[in-house]
Amino acid sequence: MTRGALGLSGLAGLLLIVEVLPYTGLVSADFLPPTHRIAAALADEIADAGFWLALWDTLVAWAVGLAIAVVAGIVAGIVIGAVPVLRALTASTIEFLRPIPSVALIPLAVLLYGTQIQSTLMLVVYAAFWQVLIQVLYGVRDVDPIADETARSYGLGAWARVRYLLWPTALPYVMTGVRLAAAVALVLAITAELVIGAPGLGSRIAVAQSSNAVPSMYALIAVTGLLGVTINLAARGVERLLLSWHQSVRGEVLV
Amino acid sequence: MLLEVRDLKKVYEGRQRPVEAVRDLTFGLDAGDLVCLVGPSGCGKTTLLKCMAGLLAPTGGEVLLRDKRVTGPPPGMAVVFQEYGRSLFPWMSVRDNVELPLRNKGMPRRQRQELVAGALAAVGLADAHHAYPWQLSGGMQQRVAIARAVAYQPDVLLMDEPFAAVDAQTRADLEDLIRDLWRELGVTILFVTHDIDEAVYLGQRVIILSSSPTVVREVLDVDLPDQRDQLTTRSDSRFTELRSHVYAQIQAAKRESTVGSHDAARQTDLARQVLQ
Amino acid sequence: MTRVLTRIGLALLLPVVLFAVWWFATANSQNFYVPPLREILSTFPEVWTGQRLRTDVLPSLIRLAAGYTVAVLAGVALGVLVGGSRRVRAVLEPVLEFFRAIPPPVLVPVIMLFAGIGDTMKVVVIAAGCVWPILLNTVEGVRAVDGVLADTCRSYGITGEARLRHLVLRSASPQIAAGMRQALSIGIILMVISEMFAASNGLGFTIVQFQRGFAIPDMWSGILLLGLLGLALSVLFRLVESWALRWYHGQRRVQRGRS
Repeated sequence: MTRGALGLSGLAGLLLIVEVLPYTGLVSADFLPPTHRIAAALADEIADAGFWLALWDTLVAWAVGLAIAVVAGIVAGIVIGAVPVLRALTASTIEFLRPIPSVALIPLAVLLYGTQIQSTLMLVVYAAFWQVLIQVLYGVRDVDPIADETARSYGLGAWARVRYLLWPTALPYVMTGVRLAAAVALVLAITAELVIGAPGLGSRIAVAQSSNAVPSMYALIAVTGLLGVTINLAARGVERLLLSWHQSVRGEVLV
Repeated sequence: MLLEVRDLKKVYEGRQRPVEAVRDLTFGLDAGDLVCLVGPSGCGKTTLLKCMAGLLAPTGGEVLLRDKRVTGPPPGMAVVFQEYGRSLFPWMSVRDNVELPLRNKGMPRRQRQELVAGALAAVGLADAHHAYPWQLSGGMQQRVAIARAVAYQPDVLLMDEPFAAVDAQTRADLEDLIRDLWRELGVTILFVTHDIDEAVYLGQRVIILSSSPTVVREVLDVDLPDQRDQLTTRSDSRFTELRSHVYAQIQAAKRESTVGSHDAARQTDLARQVLQ
Repeated sequence: MTRVLTRIGLALLLPVVLFAVWWFATANSQNFYVPPLREILSTFPEVWTGQRLRTDVLPSLIRLAAGYTVAVLAGVALGVLVGGSRRVRAVLEPVLEFFRAIPPPVLVPVIMLFAGIGDTMKVVVIAAGCVWPILLNTVEGVRAVDGVLADTCRSYGITGEARLRHLVLRSASPQIAAGMRQALSIGIILMVISEMFAASNGLGFTIVQFQRGFAIPDMWSGILLLGLLGLALSVLFRLVESWALRWYHGQRRVQRGRS
């Protein structure tokens, strides 16, 4: 059997286990409905315009938040990287600023924006920004000092050095940062919707939970998982496509 | 006989077609032997060694250690690999690396400590007990691997091109170390190498292998005195004759695999003439 | 010594600068939602020392520790099982990727079904969210055990439990640590979220209470505390990690120096 077939058999096994488990009496069907009921609930969702609206809201918050975070992260990273003083200042600190958990901002977001999309955006941007920034800084640190000196000795200005030296060196790291940020942004978008109640898949899960529509809840959770897998695969694909020319597609830095 | 290889054959299931790495090998080692196995590069030396060590199942034939068939790694065998950087545990100190196999045998602590200290002293690393292997040079790392094998007190020590990745001077030192260990401790050693000089310098006997698919081409007794050293032995005219003979045999083996056998026969003649 | 001091100085400088900027930017703040930092700092001690430390901060930390420990044990154990066999890995990989892609906080409603709203729920939520990065990283680490080292173990008869202890777990440990580090930040997030959902004590619960009661400086002090907590745990993790993996970092330095 090939790898793909084995993987499919694994997924089929999961569906089968969920189908059978409630009948064995190990778990109550009220808590874990069998696969066919979750599938039916999923079909209902797909037929419901409200589901598509929620999916759209989530994707908009994800995309806008990610875009802001990526631009801000790259600009901040390159500015820090290009200015030696800032570089020295951030070298050992930046990783310690990140652990401030994004969810700590939830109460603030609620106060400032209530259940509007801005609440979600605030959390998404905050969390995704660090992922990009840290990778960009790794990339900037990776610039070959000899190449940098060569560029200086040929009288290349700051802008030219950023353009021809810093940016190409940092690009693989930027892509890694974007990939990681894309995953984190989705998690935060759905979390914010779930906890704050901003429109989107997350709040739809919260509604399903409070109205005790257990199969719908599982169906929606499965959708978030599939969305996450899709985003991961797409980000990897884009990364490979954009960096195929690069002589060293680097592994990400484990942080 | 301590270690016997009989009609050994190994065929790999390749992607397109099966690849015959070892065709038919038969030879043996007596207790206390130091035998070198030499052959052209890519002749399946490593395959053979892995089969002997029980790390690889042969397709046909058998390996016997003390008349018992080897089906998995036997307790009386230790292997020193070429990749010293990857055969030592980087998370253990030098001492722990040497001690681990003994601890695994369930040997009492006291005896273990004695053996470890003895082995490390024998390879000239008495003061490196607490270093991590990666803090040492390549040659020293290989000494640790040798100490580990010696401390294990194996019936047979198998060495797979152990010095192929160290520089020439270190290599000469390590060769002398092997000779010393062999003479002082009486271990039985099978030493696989692609270096002809090394094979002749080290071995009492040199087994010359053909190109892949591998057979034994010749078993050559090395009639040099037991007391060998880099300077006098290597400038000995007998040494030169022997190495030329082995060289010619290997060249013949290489040619045989590429050109017809007529040319090879001529080379074999040449090899014979060299020895007379 | 001077180098160490310089590094410490540089490391502290940025936070100091950021705090100074915050201090002066908000010094005359009339914005109800953004009180002056001075006010937040003066509320901090009275809010977070004494009674609340015991009734809110400690329970949160204990739940985090319990959930995280369960996740580490389960993640490593399952990772070793899955990583050890190519076939099992191929079967389970898509399933595991799927579970990892589910945003961990959506587990809260599911686990509430099974475990109610007590401490068990929170511990299970934290464990269920933290386990995936640990599991997947362990699988990766176990898969990548060096072939020569594995042969060495076999030829010296190091098998079974000894092999697991001395070879598999040790050589996977840098990967496991990377997974544990990711899991730690997930754990803190889930600690807070699970308390925001349903709780009668804990950090997340208290901060939301402040927000609902419009006790803005108190709420900010809570955010600050969470930040400090995240920082402290991450520093602690790094210290433990660099001690436990000193062989790995040392080896990497040597390899980088040689290449």
